[in-house]
Amino acid sequence: MPGFKLPFGRPKQDYPPNLWTKCPDCEEMLYNKQLDKNQNVCTKCGHHFRLRVGARIAQLLDRDSFHEQDANLESVDMLGFVDQKPYTERLAAARAATGSRDAAAWGTATIAGTRVVVCIMDFAFMGGSMGTVVGEKVTRAAEHALDERLPLIIVSASGGARMQEGTLSLMQLAKTVAALGRLGDAGVPFISILTDPTTGGVFASFSALGDVNIAEPKALIGFAGARVAAGTIAEELPEGFQRAEFLYEHGFVDMVVQRSKLREAVLGLLRYMKPNAHVERAGLNGSSPLGRSAQFFDELIRREPARG
Amino acid sequence: MSSFVASRPVADVTVTPAPVQATPDELRAAVWQRVQQARNVKRPHTLELVHAIATEVIELHGDRLFRDDPAIVGGFCRIDGRRAIFVGHQKGAETDENIRRNFGMPHPEGYRKAIRLFRLAERLGLPVVTFIDTPGAFPGPASEERGVAEAIARAIMVMTGLRTPIVTVITGEGGSGGALALAVGDVVLALENSIYSVISPEGAASILWRSAEFSQHAAMAMRLTAAEQHALGVIDEVVPEPANGAHADPDETAKRLRTRIAAHLDSLAGRDRKTLLDARYARYRNMGEFAVAAETGEVQPERPGIVRRIRRLLDSGRAALVGGEAAQPPEPDDETVQLDRTGEGI
Repeated sequence: MPGFKLPFGRPKQDYPPNLWTKCPDCEEMLYNKQLDKNQNVCTKCGHHFRLRVGARIAQLLDRDSFHEQDANLESVDMLGFVDQKPYTERLAAARAATGSRDAAAWGTATIAGTRVVVCIMDFAFMGGSMGTVVGEKVTRAAEHALDERLPLIIVSASGGARMQEGTLSLMQLAKTVAALGRLGDAGVPFISILTDPTTGGVFASFSALGDVNIAEPKALIGFAGARVAAGTIAEELPEGFQRAEFLYEHGFVDMVVQRSKLREAVLGLLRYMKPNAHVERAGLNGSSPLGRSAQFFDELIRREPARG
Repeated sequence: MSSFVASRPVADVTVTPAPVQATPDELRAAVWQRVQQARNVKRPHTLELVHAIATEVIELHGDRLFRDDPAIVGGFCRIDGRRAIFVGHQKGAETDENIRRNFGMPHPEGYRKAIRLFRLAERLGLPVVTFIDTPGAFPGPASEERGVAEAIARAIMVMTGLRTPIVTVITGEGGSGGALALAVGDVVLALENSIYSVISPEGAASILWRSAEFSQHAAMAMRLTAAEQHALGVIDEVVPEPANGAHADPDETAKRLRTRIAAHLDSLAGRDRKTLLDARYARYRNMGEFAVAAETGEVQPERPGIVRRIRRLLDSGRAALVGGEAAQPPEPDDETVQLDRTGEGI
């Protein structure tokens, strides 16, 4: 089995690892300060390194405009889950390694002065996996966007649902998507930004459902892990399978945007995507795609319990 | 205190009740028996069950976009006089049929057919009954290029906002997002020997233990049996199977399901639309627990009551898993690699 490419490849002896990073794509040795300056994009081949939340905020949002909410939510071990290590130990190790409490942050911010609600995922924390805390943050972000009628932006970077929380992780798919459903019914726009990687239960829930979906170049985006697919299916996987450009070609993302152009692209969209003042809140007032009135359905369900 | 697994009513004689002081091996074997039962090819699948439950069945086909997916079936049915639309995963009992049904692993068009039928139910004011029995959505290139993740996400979204009652029954394997896409019910029932999990035991074992040999450990750790899912609140009600399991007496299984489905359809039929949708939203909104850390960094449970209750239910099983491991799992790699491996699609 080929080794998984790590974004922090170990450089040779003459490149001190705290100063240099090897590009996993073109193997160029990159000076860390220069890499930071270039938004963590390889100066030679354009490889987009994964970003932590802080770096993403810095390049996407107005300076000092991000006000994080619910930063103090922490995962709990509901199942008493033990694989090779107890879940509680994995959580403690991830907190120590990343300095974060879990794999997402949400808050309010501005982009060139436009107020938005933002949720950003952090792959460094247990693979960005979605347990109850991540699901809760995405849901609260969507609910706040609905209450305040502000555009919602979610930046995804996740391997999928967090196995250590079992089906309660799976239920986060329904929880987050239900909130987005209400947001959409109320005419409040949602921009989904898919970064490397966005797979499994995260792609199969809120990430795929943006009114506009934007992907970063060559980001791994897919339902099943590529190796799962390769293992289950005795088929050659096509070239560029599950990469951002593959998704673009097949009609599941609207645009593939270089990181240096991302802020500009979002800003351009926000000029068109303002919450619709003509749609009533919460989608409970006949804003269904069917265009039927609330009374019509209420009466149908009440009067005729489908008997006979 | 007896073990968690053994404390359930054991209606299925093929599962040996674990003794009071069950060893980890015995507990795992009991859970694995359930997994085998849930996957038994002789187990009645959606069409067999619907034909036995309903007095009339009219199957509908196609997603109107690409093709008809044989791995998801649906249509009209009449359950003790109640008209409804049913949708469910369909496996085959024989090899040929199973191949045609793709072993119950739907492509995106299956979920889009389901969405079409959900919308039809909404327009006609008919309730929806869904039957869940899939290892998961099909993970191949054809499925990916037609957007299986989008189809699943969309099906979940349509269900969360559907303006008509939904009763879901987990009948066999509830495999991950491919199962949930049809399972966002107002009420979720499960047959006694069914399972529900975020990833297959084999998948969890190969990622967390680096070896499919630890599938039984993974099955145990994920709490995937119907009774455990009931304890967690993911399932509302467990429907007991006949003495030798659902496959031994499909008619009796169908009869028991019919009674419970009809009861829930009647109770949901009385709700007005807003109450129905608010209750469904709340059901999923409240899934899972978390803690709120104080400013000092000290962690305090936000809803300690429920956490403590669940923990008490599950502690015995955990103790069994931690203590006296028969087979030692391979040495864990360094944390970095572990983090990266969890990056697989789950």
